[in-house]
Amino acid sequence: MTAPSGQGRWGFRLWVALCLAIAAIDLVFHRHVVHPAESMPGFYSLYGFIACVALVLVARTLRRSLMRSEDYYDAE
Amino acid sequence: MPSELPPGFVLLLAALVAALAGPRLRTFVLLGAPVLAGAALLAWPGVGTAEAAALRVDVAGLQLVLCRIDGLSAAFAGVFCLAALLAALFSAHVRDRLQSAAALAYAGAAIGAVTAGDLVSLFCHVEILSISGALLVWARGTARARAAAWRYLAWQLVAGFLLLAGALVLANGGGSLLVAPIGDGEGAARWLLLAAFGIKAGFPAVHTWITDAYPEATPTGAVWLSALTTKVGVYALARMFPGHEPLVWIGVVMACFPIFYAVIENDLRRVLAYSLINQVGFMVCGVGLGTDLALAGTVAHACTDTVFKGLLFMAMGAVLQQTGRIGGNELGGLWRSMPATTGLCIVGAASISAFPLFSGFVSKSMIMSAALAEGHGTVWLLLLFASAGVFHHAGIKIPFFAFFAHDSGLRPAEPPRNMLLAMALAAAFCVVIGCAPSLLYARLPFTTGYDPYDATHVIAQLQLLLWSALAFVWLRRTGLYPPELPSVNLDTDWLVRRAAPAAGRRLAPGCARWLQVARAAVSGAAERLGRVARRVHGPHSRMARSSPTDRMLLWTAILLVLMLLLYFQ
Repeated sequence: MTAPSGQGRWGFRLWVALCLAIAAIDLVFHRHVVHPAESMPGFYSLYGFIACVALVLVARTLRRSLMRSEDYYDAE
Repeated sequence: MPSELPPGFVLLLAALVAALAGPRLRTFVLLGAPVLAGAALLAWPGVGTAEAAALRVDVAGLQLVLCRIDGLSAAFAGVFCLAALLAALFSAHVRDRLQSAAALAYAGAAIGAVTAGDLVSLFCHVEILSISGALLVWARGTARARAAAWRYLAWQLVAGFLLLAGALVLANGGGSLLVAPIGDGEGAARWLLLAAFGIKAGFPAVHTWITDAYPEATPTGAVWLSALTTKVGVYALARMFPGHEPLVWIGVVMACFPIFYAVIENDLRRVLAYSLINQVGFMVCGVGLGTDLALAGTVAHACTDTVFKGLLFMAMGAVLQQTGRIGGNELGGLWRSMPATTGLCIVGAASISAFPLFSGFVSKSMIMSAALAEGHGTVWLLLLFASAGVFHHAGIKIPFFAFFAHDSGLRPAEPPRNMLLAMALAAAFCVVIGCAPSLLYARLPFTTGYDPYDATHVIAQLQLLLWSALAFVWLRRTGLYPPELPSVNLDTDWLVRRAAPAAGRRLAPGCARWLQVARAAVSGAAERLGRVARRVHGPHSRMARSSPTDRMLLWTAILLVLMLLLYFQ
């Protein structure tokens, strides 16, 4: 992985700031809650982040046992 | 009997004309037929009403409902006509008789299937759908495509066989053959039909025909394929199994498991095939929930998914056609020379990710709200996970690896104008429906009064998506994101493609020995039978013994003399 350029670093910081801002809405906005988990501030933000990180880490692990060469089925 | 023409027949007839016509007329037919089919659909009195209008015919004492139009079938048939028009426009430059005719037959059969009123008519349309779909894969001409086409056909024929078996069991038990909700008491027929439609919809473990065949189809063929077969399965489930509880969990599994494969898959059209199963999972879950809101969400999501998934397959088809490559590892940086395709692909990606103001948001949220309203908290949490995952692999991965990421050095031109126009129209549909969902809701067979644009929904969805994107960026920066590698990832089709043939080969010597013993036993028995036959019927046997003619004459003479004596006595 190459080190991100200065522009990329600022872009990332801006994105983090945007994410924090949208997560902070939970502190001022009282949403209509149906599921108890929704009442936790930052629930959707945390869920989205953790779900995606977990998805990628599990998929990486799965790849170790599932991956075969591109021509695996060609000799059928 | 109404005088209106079944819309599916219009396309099937057009397929016949396209098969015989020259290139110019063929293009004209390809583009005109979906418009005519749409017009034929609108002419039916059942469109926009709760009442069904039907075309019935008697065939050999069997009353068939060739075409039945009501709110549900009209919604599916309508979006199929639109999808056929967009796909036809996208393929208008293709000069291939087989592809054009097969594509029209495929669309005609799909529309025929969702408007069929009885299981026999449905079966006939489903068989045409299977064969024409296989031809769209076969048409690519590569050895892999041809092998995939055979496998696709095999799966579809199994589904067709199960459908026919279900219909026969139903008929044998005196049940109705109408395509209508099937009761709990139907037993075997119910399970046979569920299995048939399950294959069509891509249930877990029988989904591999989608991820196997669609990426091997022609760049244009995959667009047709992605739009219709699975939606026919969804329609049949919505029609016959609404509120069938197991479908909720089958749908959840379908929504969740493909996203793991999509993350590690390199072929970008195969990534889309996995995300197709993921989206159909939401619909199957909606059918299982069975409430008006859930069923309306299922129909709405089938309509929006048909177009945005078509748009994504179009964008990847354009990339494949212009570069000859589709692996994530060999693409990248294409935005420089294909900016219009890039922009249109991003609209499709935003739609599938259910970004507010795009079509996926207004349909997917209905199913999720229905799950919450019914108290399925775990189902809702898992669907939320699937929503974040689909944004991750289809919303970000597809446009990122094709058009951005590292610069592959490729500088392909934009695709032909007809392809761009088809993509632009599909993108316009996504934005218009996303901004004005009432246009879609008014055409649904259920009235729900649902409003997706309340602050709670919009903020929650934006939080989920923006933080998912943050996870993607963070994983890329830390090097945790799995690199794109040209590979095959084992799926359940391994059982059919590797394990079963290997088991066959292993069992073959044993089978051969048993076969030899059986053959020896049979030939021994046959020999013994021959000996008996020879003994009884052979040249020197009693049965073959013939009396000489003179002896016969002597006996005849004796008989005659005896008769004379008796007569004159």
